[in-house]
This record gives sequence, structure tokens and C-alpha cells, in this order.
Amino acid sequence: MARLYEYQGKQLLKAGKVPIPQGEVATTPQEAGKIAGKIGKPVAVKAQIWAGGRGKAGGIKFASNPQEAEKVAGDLLGSTLKDLKVEKVLIEEKLDIDKEYYVGVIIDASREVRAPIVMFSTEGGVDIESVPPEKIAQTTVDVLRGFRLYDALNLAVQLKVPNQHLTSIAQAIMGLFQTFKAYNCRTAEINPLVLTKEGKILAGDCRMAIDDSSVFRHPELGIEVAREASTPPTELDKIAWQIEEGDLRGTCYIAQMAPEIKELNYVGYHGIGGGGAILGVDALNRQGLKIANYADTSGNPTAAKVYRAAKLIINQPGIEGYMLGGFIVANQEQWHHAHGVVKALREEIPKRPGFPCVILLCGNREKESMEILKEGTSDLPGRFEFYGSDKVYETEFLAKRMKALILEYRKDRGITG
Amino acid sequence: MAILLEKDTTVLVQGITGREGSARAAFMKGYGTKVVAGVTPGRGGEEISGIPVYNTVEEAVRTQGRIDASVTFVPGPGLKDAVFEAIDGGIKFIVMPVERVPLYDILEMMAYAKLKGVRLLGPGSIGAISPGIAVMGWLGGTPEFAKRVFVPGPVGVISRSGGQSGTVPWAIKEAGLGVTTVVHIGTEPVLGQSFGDILPLFQADEDTKAVAIFGEIGGPYEEEAAEAVRKKEFTKPLVVFVAGAWAPEGMRFSHASSIIERGKGSAKDKIKSLKEAGVHVVDRPDEIGPTLKRLLNA
Repeated sequence: MARLYEYQGKQLLKAGKVPIPQGEVATTPQEAGKIAGKIGKPVAVKAQIWAGGRGKAGGIKFASNPQEAEKVAGDLLGSTLKDLKVEKVLIEEKLDIDKEYYVGVIIDASREVRAPIVMFSTEGGVDIESVPPEKIAQTTVDVLRGFRLYDALNLAVQLKVPNQHLTSIAQAIMGLFQTFKAYNCRTAEINPLVLTKEGKILAGDCRMAIDDSSVFRHPELGIEVAREASTPPTELDKIAWQIEEGDLRGTCYIAQMAPEIKELNYVGYHGIGGGGAILGVDALNRQGLKIANYADTSGNPTAAKVYRAAKLIINQPGIEGYMLGGFIVANQEQWHHAHGVVKALREEIPKRPGFPCVILLCGNREKESMEILKEGTSDLPGRFEFYGSDKVYETEFLAKRMKALILEYRKDRGITG
Repeated sequence: MAILLEKDTTVLVQGITGREGSARAAFMKGYGTKVVAGVTPGRGGEEISGIPVYNTVEEAVRTQGRIDASVTFVPGPGLKDAVFEAIDGGIKFIVMPVERVPLYDILEMMAYAKLKGVRLLGPGSIGAISPGIAVMGWLGGTPEFAKRVFVPGPVGVISRSGGQSGTVPWAIKEAGLGVTTVVHIGTEPVLGQSFGDILPLFQADEDTKAVAIFGEIGGPYEEEAAEAVRKKEFTKPLVVFVAGAWAPEGMRFSHASSIIERGKGSAKDKIKSLKEAGVHVVDRPDEIGPTLKRLLNA
């Protein structure tokens, strides 16, 4: 996962010479108490989760002594905030805030820009989207020339930061950009950048996401799954990532959407090709079906890789069907997909008689691939329907077939609805 | 006529001796592309599918004379150097069929290409093909498959999905039409070519009578297509499909570029922006072919 927690981001900021509050991360209430004792003054106890609006959701609590810190850490650890489980808390010295600023770096992919943009605002501590444009100063970075300290100074000057804080704010902006570049971030944000009543500038909070394709350059970050998502990787995500990392031939991208299925209408979804895979999801959704997972096996993966993906997908508890969404006239060697899917079906379908499978596979040696699929499943107790390139864009039809087979399968099991 | 690559476009293959490079060079040459040279350091003097191999781009250009375009079959972490080398060799069009390229490397390539007036396609682009004329990258895969899927006709195609770059032309063929040039703009988070860069090229191409776009969630590309239409940089019929109506925010869908960030890039917003510009947005992919047919009165 390429997103970093606040405490991880702050360590990178510290290395980039951006001042951060005194503090440490804890996984137990006892540890939290000990850290608060070490800090020796009132502390903030902050839940480490990937979500905005953490303060409003009750994820930040204050404590005036170690015993209190231990107690509030105990309340937060193991609780669920914004659907995310809190496993770590950051214990930090409580800041005496005079003013809050905002600093952020994003990448603008638009055709006129295609470069990083550094943003600074005198209105920190709130969502930057809600700040009026005249309160935001920004500059596009020419990456060949680099970002200079005077660029940072100009941003602060533009918003009339008082002289006595100019240099320390500019250095924090500079430090954030250097961290962004050094760690190949996709986004990096200090919000708020705090001016304390003592006149010190410190990073109050920080959000960072490392570019997936650059994660290999930073083994020290210990990122388990180099993929953007709004939640930490599930067990299935981790297994899928191992399939991907262990075999570089072709792509196997799987992301679990519903780790615990407690209702009907979920489908194990196995797409082929980034754009095409989405087509099936849109159509299933219009039929009131949900996907338990998103997947994409493409770029000519081996049969072994396709097999592992298919097996993982079909094995998700609670799903009512499997769809191979090959909405693509592909030039990849489709018989590898046929072989891989057949092997997974042969192992899994006998365990669930009547299980619905809608299979669409089009393109290179389609006829042979279809024969492999039909022959390989002819003696299995599942409900199979196979389609080829004359149905490649018939997304609604295929989603309707999936729904119809699922309803039949429910009758088998005596489920109404 | 076609865009980006024509009959006499001379092409270099960087990384020609690698597994991908050698296979794709043979495919490009077999399809009719003028592949005049390849580069792999330390392999100068060899031949791959009858194509001479040089140690550096400079050596290739010095020996071959003018080279118009390059295709880079170089792993992601090495792409930046390959692109800088091609730009310094005077090559003006570079196709990058490479994924998982470090983001800051991409930004540096974009900046250097802009400075030197070079057109970059990708990264993560499987290439471009003008049926019956030439192909760069691996769009089509084999000469036989490429001939079956891509037939000449009046429609330009631009796609953000590699697979759909083959599937949309197939659907266009099923509708009884064909294509001038098919361009896959790539899958990485920052791309050298947007729909907004390619549409004016199709506008200038006499043989292109209409354009079909396969769009996706995330990024500014569909909005830039709408902008090109609003600014009259493109005035021919334009049919667009945007995949991902269902997609939730903050999750990536295979392509590094397919992510809705900070509330921007949803299919709904893209469709709204396109419709306001007067573009023909279709709700389902099977409507692309028939809609083009109707607009062209074919």
C-alpha cells in the first residue's frame, strides 16, 4: 500500500528537516502511557487511520498526564473509526496553537502542466477544497530547474506572512517538496502546519502517498502492497499481491471490495484488461449485483497465474456466482486463460453444485480457447454459460444472464429473494 | 493518410535485443513499419529480424541518417534514460509501451520533451496503428491478428485502455466501418498525450471523418477532449464512452491513471462536461459502432 500513516509521514518529514512535534507511536495503552511520561507534558493521542475528518470522528483525544493518556489510548485502540480499525495511536506533545497554515504538493496531469504544483495557504486545519482561491498561493515546479528556497519564500510573501515567520515557513515548504521528490510521492500534505504561541513552526498532521511504481526504491518504508486504496490491504489482497510479485509475466490485479459478505447479490469478478474489466462491473451494478472483488488478469499472463487468480476469486465466502469478464478482443494468448480458469473450476465447482459461471473470452484463438473451456467443464455440476466476441460489448445481456443464473441457484438452495 | 505514423516514418527500437523488444520489432517490421535500427548497449553490430543493432541512439542516427520515431522496450526504472537519449538523438516522436515507471522520472521526461519539442506517447501506451500502413508498439500483437481487427476506414480511435484500443476498432468493423489511426494514450498517472493533444491531429487529417474515444474514470483527459471541442480544435463528429460509472472514490482500477481523487475524475463529471460541449456520449459500449454509423450516414 502506497499510503502512509501520519506517524510514518512525519518521520520522513523529520529527515527532510521539517520540524515535527515530540512524539512516538504506540500499539498498547501501556506503551502510550509510557510515551506520555517521557514527553512530560499534556499530550494529544491520535488514531492512525487513513481517513480525513479524523478529529470530528473522535479520533484525536487529549490527556494531561500519563494515566489519562493510557486510558484514552485504550479507548481508541481496537475501536472502529470511519469503518477503519484503529491499531496504532500517535502520542504527541499537545501544541499551543496560534495559527494554522497549509502546505501541499500534488501532481497536475493536465496537458498544459504535467508537473508538480506546490500550494500554500494561510487557512490551514480545514479541507483545502473549502478554502477560497485568493487564500491559496501556488506555483508550478519546473522539474529540470528544481524548486528553490526563494520559490517557497515567494509563496509565503504572496499571502503576507509576517517577516518573523517567513524563513521558517519557507523552510517547511521546501522540506515538504524535498520529501515529496525524494520519496516519489503522488501527494504530500502538511495540514495544519502549526505556528505555536511560542513562535515555532511544526507539522501538525501529514498525509502522504508514495507512487506505486516507486515503492521498490524505498524498501525501508516496509510497504506491503504497492497499490492505492482507501483501506489497508486485506488477507486476500496480500495473497493476490504475492501472485503478482512472484511472476512478472502478465498482470494479476485483485482488490477485495467486500471482505465480509453478509448479504445476497455478490459476484466473484474476474475481469480481463483494465478498461474492459470495468465494463462488466458497471453492467453488473445496473442489475443490482455487487462485486466481492475487482480483478484484472491481462498482459498475457501464464495459465498458472490465471488459475491462482480464478481460484482465489471463486473461493470468497458468500459469493453467488463467478463472472469471467473478458470484454476485450484480446491479442494475448487466450488459451492460457482457458486452461487456468478450467483448472480452478475443476477444483472448486464440485464443492458447490449449481454454482453460476458466466464466461466471456474473446480474441486470439477464441475457438480453441472456447473448446478448452467447454470440454474442461462438461462433467462439472455447475451452471455454465460461455460467450465469445459476438457478445464482447453486450454488457447488459451478460449481466442479465448472471442475474438469471443466480436466481436459479437460489431456488436450488431454497433461498427466496 | 493517417496521423502520427505514415508510410515513410522511420522507426528505431530501443531495447531491441530484449524478449519484448525483439518480438515486437519483428511484429512491427512484419506489419510494414520501416524499422531502420535498434539499440542495445554492448550488442552493436548484431541484427534482429534483419534490423541492424547499435550501441547507442547517437550511433544509430549517425549511421542511418534521420530517424523519425522511437519505441522504447526498456523496463520502467530505465525508461527515463532511454527517453533522454532518444531526445538528444534528435528523435521527435517517442512511443513508450512501458508501465510501472517511477513518477518523478515521468515528470522529468515530460519537461525535457516539452523543452525540445518532442511528442511522447505514454508511458504505458501499447502504441499506435494505421491499418495497412504501419504500427508502433504492440497494438495488434501479431500481423495476422492486427489485419483481422484493424481495417482501414474513416474513423480515428483514441483509448485509455490498451485492450479497448483493439476492441473498439473491432466493434467499428462489425458496424461496417474502419479506422484511420488508433492511438492508445497510455495508463500511467501522467501521460505525454491527452485526448486533447490527439484530436487536433485527427482534425487535420482529411481521411478521418469522425473519432471514437474510449474513456475511463480519473485524470483530466475526457475534460480535455471536451475542451478541444469547445475551442473548435476539433469539429468532426465525436463519440465517447466513459467506463467506470460505478467506481468508488480512492481506489485504483488496474491502470495507474484510473483513480478518482479528491472528488475529481468521476464518470458522471466527465460525461457532463462532454455533453455540455456537444459531444455524443454513449451509455454502453455496444452503441459506439451504430452511433458512428448514424453520424457518418454510412
